[in-house]
Amino acid sequence: MSTMAFLKRSPWILHYDASSCNGCDIEVLACLTPLYDVERFGIINTGNPKHADILLITGGINSQNRPVVRNLYEQMPEPKVVVAIGACAATGGIFRECYNIAGGVDKVIPVDVYVPGCAARPEQIIDGVVKALGILEEKREKMTGKAEIKEGARHAAEAGEGT
Amino acid sequence: MTMNEEQTTTSVALEDLVGEVGRLHDGGYRLVQIGCTDIGGSYEINYSFDKDYQFKNLRLTVGPEAEVPSISGIYWGAFVYENEMHDLFGIPVTGINIDFQGTFIKTAEKYPFSVTRRGGDRCRNA
Amino acid sequence: MPKRIVVPFGPQHPVLPEPIHLDLVLEDELVVDVVPSIGYIHRGLEQLVQKREFTEYVYVAERICGICSFMHALCYCQGIEHIMKVEVPDRAKYLRTIWSECSRLHSHLLWLGLFADGMGFENLFMRSWQLRESVLDVLEDTTGGRVIQGTCKVGGIRRDIGQEKLDEMHRALDPFEQQCRDLGDVFLNDETVKYRLQGLGVISKDEAYTLGAAGPTLRGSGVAVDLRETGYAAYGDLGFKPIVETAGDCYARCAVRVKEVYASIDLIRRAIDGIPEGPLDVKVKGAPDGEYFSRVEQPRGEVVHYLRGDGTKHLARARIRTPTLANIPALVKMLPGAQLADVPVVVLSIDPCISCTER
Repeated sequence: MSTMAFLKRSPWILHYDASSCNGCDIEVLACLTPLYDVERFGIINTGNPKHADILLITGGINSQNRPVVRNLYEQMPEPKVVVAIGACAATGGIFRECYNIAGGVDKVIPVDVYVPGCAARPEQIIDGVVKALGILEEKREKMTGKAEIKEGARHAAEAGEGT
Repeated sequence: MTMNEEQTTTSVALEDLVGEVGRLHDGGYRLVQIGCTDIGGSYEINYSFDKDYQFKNLRLTVGPEAEVPSISGIYWGAFVYENEMHDLFGIPVTGINIDFQGTFIKTAEKYPFSVTRRGGDRCRNA
Repeated sequence: MPKRIVVPFGPQHPVLPEPIHLDLVLEDELVVDVVPSIGYIHRGLEQLVQKREFTEYVYVAERICGICSFMHALCYCQGIEHIMKVEVPDRAKYLRTIWSECSRLHSHLLWLGLFADGMGFENLFMRSWQLRESVLDVLEDTTGGRVIQGTCKVGGIRRDIGQEKLDEMHRALDPFEQQCRDLGDVFLNDETVKYRLQGLGVISKDEAYTLGAAGPTLRGSGVAVDLRETGYAAYGDLGFKPIVETAGDCYARCAVRVKEVYASIDLIRRAIDGIPEGPLDVKVKGAPDGEYFSRVEQPRGEVVHYLRGDGTKHLARARIRTPTLANIPALVKMLPGAQLADVPVVVLSIDPCISCTER
C-alpha cells in the first residue's frame, strides 16, 4: 500500500475566506465543533497550506485577495482538491454585481467541488468534503501512476507463483 | 415605541472644519463616523459625533477637487475614515496621522465612488 | 537598542477565521508599532443600492456579515422605516428583539469559543460552540436559516413565532442559562485564563472614548454606551442597562461579553413574557425620500447605516459604518507593549469582524 493512502480517510483541510460575508466561514468552523465534529473522522483544520490536502474556500475573488488565493493554492502539495463553499465562491453570488468582485473562485484557481447555499449548511459542507475525498483519491491514483500499480500487480503475481 | 433620538445636522465651511471639530472634542463628544455622499457633482461629507446618545452631524460640502484637512490631529482614530474617504472617493485629505496613500482599501477600480466618474456603469458582471 | 524587525501577521493566519493583515514592528519579542491593512474582503456592496430596490437591499444588508446578519437587516429596516414614517406593529418589534438577542447570544458564544482557541484553551472553544448550536437550533426553527435569517423586512417581519414555540423557548432558557453560567465561570474565574488575559492590551477610559471605539471594547474600558438604551425595537419597553467593566484589558472585554450573554438570556425571557398579540407588518407604500443615520447595537458595538433616498425605488446612498472599523484605531493603540505571542489574543479581544469592516 502506498504511503499516501491514508489521505483517503483523514484529509487535512485549509480554510480561507476570500470575500464571503462570514456566514459560510462560521459554518465551516461549525463542522469542526461538537455537533458535527468532523475531527472524529481525522479531518483536521490546519492553518498551514503546506500540510493541507483540501482547500475550503468561501466567497468571491476581488483584486486584493487574488494573489493570496493563488499563493495558498500553489503552496499546497499535490494531490490537492479545492472545494468552493457557498454561492459567492461559485459565482460571486449576491455580490456578483459589485465593482470589486471579479466572480467565483474558479476565476483564479481550478475548483473541483461546488457546495451551493447561502449560507451553505454544515451538512452540505461535509457532503462536499466527502465528495472531495473521492476526487482526492482519483488524483492520488493518477499521480502515483500506472507504473506503481503495475509493479504491485507483478509482486502479487510473483507471490502467487511462489505458493 | 420608536427610537426618537435627536439628530442635528449643521453645515460647516471648509476653513471652519478643524475648529468646529475641536470644539466638539472639548465638549466631550466622541467621533462616530465620517462618511461621504456624492450629490450631483460634488461631495457631501458628514462628520458624525455622539454624546449621551445625542447625535450631532457636521456637514461639509466640497467640490470634486477640493483638499480636505484631516481631523486626525484631534481624533486620533479618524485615520480609518479619512483613508477610506480617499481610497473610495478620491478626495485628497491632507495631514492624516497614518496616511496609507491609497493602499488602505485596494479596489479593482480606483476611486469607485468618485463623482468625476459619474454616469458610467460602475457595477461589473451585470 | 534592539534591532527592529517587521513580522507580517495575516491575511491567512490559523487564529483568524477572516483575513486582516497587520505589520507588526517588533523589538525582540515586544510589539512597538502596528500598521493594519485591510481590503481582502472589500466587495463594494454599498454601491449595490443603485442596482437593488430599497426593499430588496435588505437581503444585501443581511449579507454584510453572516454573524450579525439579523442586526444589519434590522438597522437598515429601521432607517428606511424612519425615513418613510412607518410605524411597525408591536409584535414585530418584540420578535425583532428576540431574534436580535438570539443573534447576540450566538455571536458572543462564537466569539468566546474563538477567543478560547486564540489563548490555546481548546476544550473551552469546543464547549462554547456546542452551546452555540442550541441557539442556532432555535434560530433555524423559527426563521429557517442558521446564520442568515431573512425574516426582517421593511415594515415589519416576515414570519411569526407561534405561542407554543415561544413557550418551548421560554422553558429551554433556564437550563441554557445554567450551562452558560457554567461556561462563563471558566472565563471569569479560571486562574489560567485570568493569568493570560489580565493586564493585556490595556486601553484607558479616555483613550477608548476619543478613539471612537464601540461596543464591548468601549464598555470594557468603563464607558457606559450601549445603544439598546435608546430604546429601539422593544428595548424601550423592556428596559436595559449597559454592562460595564473598568479595567480596559482583554479580561474586561471578555467579562463584558460573558455578562452580556446572561443579559441577553434575561432580555429574551422578558420579551417572551411581554410579547403582545397583533399584526406582523404594515404595508409600505411609495419610496423613501430623506435621510437618516440609523443606529443599532450589534454584538461588536454600534453600527451606523446612513441611508439617503431621493424618492425613487433606488436609494441614493447607503453608507455603513461597522463597529470593527471603529475599533481598529483602538486595536492599533492596544497592541504596542504586548508580546508577539499575545498578539492573537489582543486582536481577537476586539472581536474583529472583517466582513463587516470592509463591506
